[in-house]
Amino acid sequence: MACFLVPTAEAVVTTIATKVIESKEKENPSKAQAEEVQELPVTKVPFSRKMKWLNSMLWGGSALLAFEHVWHGEVVPFFPFLTAAEDPASAAEMLHEMATAGVLMAVLVTAVWGCIVATVNFMEKRAAEGNTVKE
Amino acid sequence: MTLLTSITAAVICTIIWYRSEQRSEMKLGFLCLMFWSASLMWLVDAFFEYAELGADYFAPEAADMLNDLYLGLSVVALGLIIWLVVLLIRDPKGIVRDTLFRKNQ
Repeated sequence: MACFLVPTAEAVVTTIATKVIESKEKENPSKAQAEEVQELPVTKVPFSRKMKWLNSMLWGGSALLAFEHVWHGEVVPFFPFLTAAEDPASAAEMLHEMATAGVLMAVLVTAVWGCIVATVNFMEKRAAEGNTVKE
Repeated sequence: MTLLTSITAAVICTIIWYRSEQRSEMKLGFLCLMFWSASLMWLVDAFFEYAELGADYFAPEAADMLNDLYLGLSVVALGLIIWLVVLLIRDPKGIVRDTLFRKNQ
């Protein structure tokens, strides 16, 4: 009914967080940039870039899911935009769906992103260890 | 069917991303993440539908299947359009900029 609104709300928050992290990284050159200065072959992926992966997942997935809701007539281009919001019984059902399916969607996407980031961190660590051994 | 279509699109995009040398310039990673993320969201939808319908979930009516396939293909088309718009706006190779601001010679 409106489950895509939960990942969309998360996308808004993560996009703002990404902008903040990005500006902080520019102010204080990170370890990643420090490594580049030392001309080591391995560089760390900045956290802001990892956050951009999450933003792409949340915005992209939500957009496609929103289209599905338009397809099924659950989202309309006039007020109140959600057909379920027209009467209290449907609104309660919609809120229940958002609290269950919507939250689970947001959690699952974030968990998968967390696994990707953990894998990348592990690979960076291993690559850095490899360089230390070579030196 | 929508889930299957989006997973198929995600797998194809990931293979193209893996094989392409211009993956970064072409923003193929964004396309992959978008389709994978949508697939995850539809997986959750499918999970809830399965919890409600049980085994009937795997035996849909032919008309429903056709409609879902049509929706899935439309979703893939929309995903490709979003990717194209992002690619043209970011314009990593500067082709759009060059074309728009090229001086007449």
